[in-house]
Amino acid sequence: MCTVCGCGQGETRIEGEAHEYPHVHEDGTVHSHAHSHEGEHFHVHADGTAHSHGGDYLHGRDGKYLNFGQGAARAHVPGMSQARMVQIEQDILSKNDAYAAENRRRFQERGIFAVNLVSSPGSGKTTLLVHTINALQGRFPVAVVEGDQQTSNDADRIRATGAPALQINTGKGCHLDAHMVGHALERLDPADDSLLMIENVGNLVCPAAFDLGEAHKVAILSVTEGEDKPLKYPDMFAAADVMLLNKVDLLPHLQFNVPLCIEYARRVNPNLRVILVSALSGEGMEEWLAWLEAGLTAARSRREETVAQLKQRIAVLEAELARLKG
Amino acid sequence: MHEMSLAEGVLQVIEDYAEKEGYSRVKTVWLEIGRLSGVEVEAMRFCFDAVTRGSLAEGAALEIVETEGQGWCLVCGKTVPLAARYEPCPECGDFQVQVAGGTEMRVKELEVE
Repeated sequence: MCTVCGCGQGETRIEGEAHEYPHVHEDGTVHSHAHSHEGEHFHVHADGTAHSHGGDYLHGRDGKYLNFGQGAARAHVPGMSQARMVQIEQDILSKNDAYAAENRRRFQERGIFAVNLVSSPGSGKTTLLVHTINALQGRFPVAVVEGDQQTSNDADRIRATGAPALQINTGKGCHLDAHMVGHALERLDPADDSLLMIENVGNLVCPAAFDLGEAHKVAILSVTEGEDKPLKYPDMFAAADVMLLNKVDLLPHLQFNVPLCIEYARRVNPNLRVILVSALSGEGMEEWLAWLEAGLTAARSRREETVAQLKQRIAVLEAELARLKG
Repeated sequence: MHEMSLAEGVLQVIEDYAEKEGYSRVKTVWLEIGRLSGVEVEAMRFCFDAVTRGSLAEGAALEIVETEGQGWCLVCGKTVPLAARYEPCPECGDFQVQVAGGTEMRVKELEVE
């Protein structure tokens, strides 16, 4: 971006094309912004001289001085005062990530296997959840956190299965964040050694960036959507570890290219595991349930290891105490 | 994507540091945004202006330093430039490329009073 006039370049794309903006300042200086990927800055001055330079030094408009330091505003405006600079180097999402780490610690302490289900609206997330819970009845406990902008319809559908569920309404928010989920955990209080399914707001964009403390993000794509969705929304498919290709019972009625869809998804994420499922026909459900069970078993054994380590530590400390007393 | 939440995150960072660093006014904010971070820079600017209204950063200039995407090509066994997540390795053309850089979303520096 030009630091004098504030015009942006290379940020908005129309039909995939970036645009270049030559423009004229009030004083007649002509700027042509062709900031290359290396942050180079190319100028054409009113006197016709043209040059380019890296982004970390400044020059006077008359070309008579070069300043290799970092000026106050890094703007090529003479006479601007040097104000104080503060180095921050802090991730924008650091607050969310701290809450997520806290959620993750709670899950680990209690042997809870948490998955974050992400998809566009209408991919069949809630139906899949209901069928998953019903199939798992008697195998292990399941609790659900439901995220939607409005209504408690989804939590009501989950509760009808007998599983505890809590609805988070994000209002205008387009995603769940780790702070919301932390509060939900306090209210929901899922059982130790249980499976926690977090159904995110139906949105293939925003939830990708927000860690909730889950073990895995699971992206659900239905065959009634386009097979190129992983390319259109790459961030989400890159953030997920598993993709459930849902509603495969409808394939005979559609022109959906399954291998092409999987190829696109693996372009974005070479390690993505893909499971073809139909919540309604039950196809692929066993593979999905087995994946959940394996994850839960791993979470439980990690907790048992931690408990065993703590017990061992207590035994050592007690022995030490007995020795001191003796 | 969720630029409004991100802009709120930026303001939170600024407010958290205000007491520690002893400033009451922010004139310029430098952000580092990776090209593979999924952040739309123009939306970020719009949201930043909206979110900082009435705060210590009201009217602050927003400078965004964009960093290049980088990938680790499993076939070539090295780091290669990557313009988008779904792009192939520019050297061998294979799609087995894992993102290795350009996902930053950081507040780098502030000019304060």
